[in-house]
Amino acid sequence: MGDYILEMKNISKEFTGVKALADVNFQVARGEIHCLIGENGAGKSTLMKVLSGVYPHGTYKGDIVFEGSVQSFAKISDSVKAGIAIIYQELALFPDLTVYENIFAGNEVRRGAIVDWNRTIVHAKEMLRKVGLDVNPEMRVKDLGVGKQQLVEIAKALSKNVKLLILDEPTAALNENDSENLLDLLRELKKQGITCIMISHKLKEVISIADKATVLRDGRTICTLDGSKGEISENVIIKNMVGREIEDIYPKRPNKKFGDKVLEIRNWSAYDAQLGRQVAKEVNLHVKKGEIVGIAGLMGSGRTELALSIFGNPKSYRLQGELLVEGTPRTFKHTSDAIQAGIAYVTEDRKGDGLFLIQDIKSNVSAANLRGIASNGVINDNEEVKVAKRYKESMFIKAPSVEQIVGNLSGGNQQKVSLGKWLFVGPKLLILDEPTRGIDVGAKFEIYTIMNKLIEEGMSIIMISSELGEVLGMSDRVYVMAEGRIKGELPIEEADQEKIMQLATQ
Amino acid sequence: MNFIHEAKSLVKVNIRDYGMYIALFVIMATFSILTDGLFMSSRNISNLLDATGYTAVLAVGMTLVIVIRHIDLSVGFAAGFMGAIAALLLTQAGVPVYLTIPIILLLGIVIGMFNGVLVASVGIPSFVSSLAAMLIFRGALLQVTEKTGTIIIKDEPFNAIGNGYIPSIAKVNGLNLLSLLLGVLIIILYIYFEFSKRRSKLKYQFEVVSKRIFALKIVFVSAIIAYITWIISGYNGFSWTVIIMLAVVVIYHFLTTKTVLGRHIYAVGSNPEAAHLSGINVKKITYIVFGSMGLLSALSGILFTSRLQSATTTAGTLFELDAIAAAYVGGVSAAGGVGKVTGSIIGAIVMASLSSGMNLMGVGISYQYMIRGGVLAAAVIFDVLTRKKRA
Repeated sequence: MGDYILEMKNISKEFTGVKALADVNFQVARGEIHCLIGENGAGKSTLMKVLSGVYPHGTYKGDIVFEGSVQSFAKISDSVKAGIAIIYQELALFPDLTVYENIFAGNEVRRGAIVDWNRTIVHAKEMLRKVGLDVNPEMRVKDLGVGKQQLVEIAKALSKNVKLLILDEPTAALNENDSENLLDLLRELKKQGITCIMISHKLKEVISIADKATVLRDGRTICTLDGSKGEISENVIIKNMVGREIEDIYPKRPNKKFGDKVLEIRNWSAYDAQLGRQVAKEVNLHVKKGEIVGIAGLMGSGRTELALSIFGNPKSYRLQGELLVEGTPRTFKHTSDAIQAGIAYVTEDRKGDGLFLIQDIKSNVSAANLRGIASNGVINDNEEVKVAKRYKESMFIKAPSVEQIVGNLSGGNQQKVSLGKWLFVGPKLLILDEPTRGIDVGAKFEIYTIMNKLIEEGMSIIMISSELGEVLGMSDRVYVMAEGRIKGELPIEEADQEKIMQLATQ
Repeated sequence: MNFIHEAKSLVKVNIRDYGMYIALFVIMATFSILTDGLFMSSRNISNLLDATGYTAVLAVGMTLVIVIRHIDLSVGFAAGFMGAIAALLLTQAGVPVYLTIPIILLLGIVIGMFNGVLVASVGIPSFVSSLAAMLIFRGALLQVTEKTGTIIIKDEPFNAIGNGYIPSIAKVNGLNLLSLLLGVLIIILYIYFEFSKRRSKLKYQFEVVSKRIFALKIVFVSAIIAYITWIISGYNGFSWTVIIMLAVVVIYHFLTTKTVLGRHIYAVGSNPEAAHLSGINVKKITYIVFGSMGLLSALSGILFTSRLQSATTTAGTLFELDAIAAAYVGGVSAAGGVGKVTGSIIGAIVMASLSSGMNLMGVGISYQYMIRGGVLAAAVIFDVLTRKKRA
C-alpha cells in the first residue's frame, strides 16, 4: 500500500530497565504532513531521536526503512546526509551569529578550505525566500523574534536538501499569528514535495493540518488516524492519548477536612524579561489547609514558572497581581522570604537546582534550615546528624548512613532527601513540582504515603504533575494550565483524563 | 586485630584528608635526610614559617573564593598597594600604628567588597574583573611609591609584626619559656576539645571510635604539636607572624566548619541555583567572601611590608599565584564547593618547604620552578583520581 518515504518497524528502546519504546510501528507516506501525538513521556521524542541517529544504530531494536532501504545511522550527520532534518523545540541556533552564518553552519559554502561568504549570502537569500522570511541575512539571529528564528531553522534544514522535515512542537513558543504563518509554510513545503512529521500538543492545529496522525501512549503505537477519511477529531485523539486504566497505587485518605485558604493568588502575571514573554497570565488560584491541589498541564505550560514566581521569584520575573498568605497580602523579595512565610518548593529538577550532589545527606537535609540546628550562628553537628537520621527513617531513605554523598543515591532516594530538606523547614504549604518524575513505583508509593501523612498533620500541598494518573489519584482539586493561563478548575469528582487533556491542549 | 582493622578503615575513608599531611611529612623527611638535618633545624623551620605568613594568609582567603567558583587575581598587588598605604600613613601622615592597622584592614574590606559587587551584582566574570583590579592596584602601587621610591619604615612595633617574636620571659635549657608554655596551652586546648567532642557524641548515642584509637590520635597529634613547639622554641620562639597565621587559620577553620555562614558558602559553591532556592542569598555570600579576601589581602600586605620594614614598588608581585597554587595543592576543587582552609595552609607550607629545602641544597632557581610546578600538577592529579574513586 502506498509509497512510504519512511517506515519504522518494531522499534524498541530501553533505558536502564525502563522501556521507552515497545514495538513501535510508524509509517509516513511521501509528501504528507503526519502528526505525532501523545502525552509527555509517551515516547514521541525518543522515537524521533532514534530516527535521527541521536541514539545510534545498535542501541535500539527494529528497522528504519527510509527511501526504500534499511538505514543504520551511527550519528546525527548520517541522518542529515540521508535527508532527514529535526527542528527541536529549543532552537539550535547560534544567537550571536548572523542569519546566513546560521543557515550554513556545519554545511559551509566553500572553495577548498576557505568559506565563500559572498556565495553563502546569495544562497541564504534564496533559502529565506523559500520559507517566506523577509529579513536581511546579515542580521543577528538573537535580534529576530522566536517565530522568525524558527523559519531560519527551517531554511537551514532546506539548505541541506531535506526530504523529511521533523518539527518538535514548533508552535509551542509562538503566538497565534506566527503559528498560522508556520502552518501555511508547511502546507507550501508539502506542495514542493517535502514530507513533514510534526509533534504537537495543540489538537486544533493537528486537526487543521494533518493528513495523518499517529498516537503514541506508554511507548506503543496506539493507532494511526487518516484525515482524508475524517478520522482526525479532538475526541478520538484524546481518547486514544489517555485511554489507560489508572493503576491503584494511590493510597487513600479517609477523612478529608479542609480549613481556611493558606495561599491565594489573584490576577497573578509574571513576565520573563530574558525570554521576552509572559510566563504566567492572570492566574487566580488558591489552596486550603489540608488540601492537595493538583496543577495539570503539558510541559512548557508555565506551571514551574508560576511556582517559582510564587516562591520568592528567583528568576526575577516582572510580577503583577496579589499574593495572600493566610489572608494577608505579601511580597517576597527573595526565596528566603517565601520560606519564612511557610512556603517550600521542591524543584522539578532535583539534580540541577534541588540538591547539593557533592555534599552528604545531612548537609542537604539541613541546608534550608541551618538555624534549626544552630545557636548564635554556630552549628551543632550532633544535632544535625540527629535530624538527618530522623528524616532518613521517616522518609525511608535507603543509604548506609547520613554521611552518604547524595550524588551516589538513586533518583527515588534523592527525591526523598529533597523532600526531607523542605520538611525540616516546617512549611505550611509544600509545592511539589513533578514529585515522582523518573523514580520507580515503589518509591512513588512511599512519596504518596508521605504526602498523605503531611496533609493529616495540617499541611497543604500544591502538586504540579504531568502524570494524569497521579493528578487524579492524589488531588482534591485540579487546575489545568496551558500557555501560562489557568484553563480550568475541576473538583476531583468531576475531573477525568479526557477533560484535563481537553483543557491542556486548548 | 580489631584495632588494626578499625585503624585501616579510618585511614581508607579519610585518605584524601590525610594525603596532604603525608605529603608534607615525606617532603620534610626527605629534605632532612638530604641536608643532614639542617632542614628541620630550629632556625630553618622558624624562617620557613615566617616567610610563609603572607602567602598563607592569602591562601586562606583564596580558598573561599575558589570554593564559591570564583578567582581573585588582584590580591597580590592589592596587598602591595595596601602595604604601601600603611607605610605612607606611618611615615608621612604620622598616624600611630594602632590606628594604621585597623584603617588598612578596613580599606581591604572595602576593596574586596567592591570586587564582590562587580562579580555578583554587575555579573562580570571574576577572572576579568580581578585582572582589571590587579592592573589598577599595580598602577596605584607605582603611583604612591613613585616620588619616594622605596618607603623605609622606622616604626618599631609595626616592624615587629613581620620580624619580632613573642617575649621569652626566661630561657629553659636554651628554649623560650613563653613559647613552650604556649605550646603546652595549645595541647591542653586540643585535648579538651577532643574530649568534649567525644562526650557530646556519646550523649547523642552516636558511634565513636574505640578508646584505643582515640588515645592514639590524641597522643600522636599532641606529640606533633610538642615537637613543633620544641623546634620553634629552640630559636627565637613563636614569631608574631606565626601567631597571626595561627589565629587566622583557627578563626577561618571555625567559620567554615562550624557556622551557618560557612555552610552557606559551601552550599553556594556546590550548587548556586539550589542554594538560591534554599533561601540562601547568593549575592550576599559573594560580597562576604570577596570582602574577607580583601581583608586578608590587607593583612598580607601588612605582614609583607613589616617583614621588609619598607614598602617597595614591586611588593606583591605574583603573590596571587602563590596563593592559588597553595589552595590547589591543599585540595581545593576548581569545580567549587570543595576545599578546606587547613588544607590550603598545609599547601602553602608544602610549597614553602620545597623552596626552602631546595635552597638549602643549592638547587638552581630554574629547577626549583619546574619542581614546584610538578608538585602542583601532582597534587591536583592525586585529588582528581581519589575523587573519581569515591564517586
